Amino acid sequence: MKIHEYQAKAILARHGVPVPRGEVAFNAAEAGEIARRLGGSVVVVKAQIHAGGRGKGGGVKLARSPEDAETIARAMIGMTLVTHQTGPEGRVVSRVLVEEGLQMQRELYLSLLLDRAAGKPVMMASGAGGMDIEEVAAKTPEKIVRVHIEPGVGIVPFEARQLGFGLGLDSAQVNKFVKLGTALYEAFVTSDASLLEINPLVVTQAGDLIALDAKMNFDDNALYRHTDIRDLRDLGEEDPLEIDASKFALNYIHLDGNIGCMVNGAGLAMATMDIIKLAGGDPANFLDVGGGANAEQIRNAFKILMSDKKVKAVLINIFGGILRCDVLAQGVIAAVKELGVPVPIVIRMEGTNVDEGKRLLKESEMNFTTADSMDEAAKKVVALAS
Amino acid sequence: MAVLIDKSTRLIVQGLTGREGTFHAKQAAAYGTNVVGGVTPGKGGTTHEGWPIFDTVQHGVEETGASASVIFVPPPFAADAVMEAADAGVALVVCITEGIPVLDMMRAMTFLKTRPKTRLIGPNCPGIISPGKAKAGIIPHNIVKEGRVGIVSKSGTLTYEAIHQLTRLGMGQTTCIGIGGDPFIGTTHIDALQLFAGDRDTDAVIMIGEIGGTAEEDAAAWITSHFKKPVVAFIAGQTAPPGRRMGHAGAIIAGGQGTAAEKMAALTAAGVKVVKSPADMGKAIKEVLRA
Repeated sequence: MKIHEYQAKAILARHGVPVPRGEVAFNAAEAGEIARRLGGSVVVVKAQIHAGGRGKGGGVKLARSPEDAETIARAMIGMTLVTHQTGPEGRVVSRVLVEEGLQMQRELYLSLLLDRAAGKPVMMASGAGGMDIEEVAAKTPEKIVRVHIEPGVGIVPFEARQLGFGLGLDSAQVNKFVKLGTALYEAFVTSDASLLEINPLVVTQAGDLIALDAKMNFDDNALYRHTDIRDLRDLGEEDPLEIDASKFALNYIHLDGNIGCMVNGAGLAMATMDIIKLAGGDPANFLDVGGGANAEQIRNAFKILMSDKKVKAVLINIFGGILRCDVLAQGVIAAVKELGVPVPIVIRMEGTNVDEGKRLLKESEMNFTTADSMDEAAKKVVALAS
Repeated sequence: MAVLIDKSTRLIVQGLTGREGTFHAKQAAAYGTNVVGGVTPGKGGTTHEGWPIFDTVQHGVEETGASASVIFVPPPFAADAVMEAADAGVALVVCITEGIPVLDMMRAMTFLKTRPKTRLIGPNCPGIISPGKAKAGIIPHNIVKEGRVGIVSKSGTLTYEAIHQLTRLGMGQTTCIGIGGDPFIGTTHIDALQLFAGDRDTDAVIMIGEIGGTAEEDAAAWITSHFKKPVVAFIAGQTAPPGRRMGHAGAIIAGGQGTAAEKMAALTAAGVKVVKSPADMGKAIKEVLRA
């Protein structure tokens, strides 16, 4: 799960990571008020969307007065912001963060994530703040310093010092960096984050370290124990079909094609997308109905697929293990009867009680197309969709 | 011969009294697996479907001599269950549970390093089956056939697909190992290949990977220098969009890394027969065994 910058900064601040003073505004008047409260000669107005690259897209602006902040916020809220991470369709800005302006002398990069190969969290830093870390890694990998952290021990001061001195900080700044790094690690593990990125982390003219930006992603599997974080979910940032699917506990990702897919198991669902593409078609979605799917889930899945107006044909690919093919067939027949699915449906099923399932489909006298292999199913559905 | 599990395995089921645990314990027993009991904290001393239930894995092992455990406990308690089994000295722990918090699993993996006698399979996997012998997990046994092909896979239903294709072509399997789709798993592709390398009844291996991480690239490097038997590979997610988690917690292309194209190229360079279509896994095994 993703959250906004201002929400991430609130979590970090609670753990003692220094962040700029600021507040979120949902309209221009609020933005002006916040700027007035902050005082100072300059405030920054930052569009809050779940994507990076906002500055280049016009989503980060300086304001010289509260009136200026209000004017900027008025233009920004409601605008569609396009960055290299949003795709060409962009995102509509519904809130802005208004923050104090800072005098800075250096911009750094700092992040925490889980290193799969090492089986440990890794803290990564670089002197090239403000740049994408992927770009730094590709062009100047020597500028990146990293330490792996023992999960049972947590971050140890010397590890943070290694990073701090590696960034070329002076000893007073390194002391501040150790505190900040420790607080950051605490925020990361206690909230079950999967990614925490501070880009940039700035050194101010006064020599303080402050998280000027913050991005946090969380492990969906652990949200059950963080209801406070779950409440930060912004449905406005998500695909409406994906929101509906999540209500039914369906694993659904909306894509651009016109062939709706309904599959059990994540690997088989990905493989089904692959084979549709190989057959010359384009999948409209990834959809895993799960290993223990029942008639109710199949009906829900049809509802989601049919809400996507681009879908011209549906491919159902089920390998019945726990989910029996006769149960699947009954579910499909009932759902189609109830919902009146107006597009052709190709069904490929295999596994437990497959013969009974095929018999039910045939006797339903509905216009299903059946296939005996994934290959055949993909070819048939591509032909029907074009 | 088979690897990991056979007629001599004594299997204990953690979470036997739950719905999934009960169903799959009965399935495993019906297939001929020696299921010796179950563990559910608080229900020790009772029996369930004729099996003795213990409060702790340690007690269960003392009483039954269990050599393997299969875990069907809900995600919040599953990492705990894995560590308990390892601490009790169980040699093989198969964790079926999907949705375990990633940090819980990372801590469990650190714990497992201090219990080197235990091998973990999974989590978030369908388990293992040695056709004609025994199974631990949820792989439907009606589609398997005894034979000479090993399967190692990150995905459950794709494993079934591979088994089915082989069986339909008249080729059986030695052991099918679902290693799981999570970012932190106990047994990797390389570990499984190592087991198949030492099994004289395994003539060839189907390896199924998916986007995310670098396990397939690591396996490719290992195959080049260590593995002599023919390997057929399929990588799921060739058309997956970057940055999205495709169902499995580990299946995500991050920062341009973990793409199917990279994995397929590395495996091809290692001499592996990589199939683009998931429908071709069985056929490809037939070809490499004929060659």
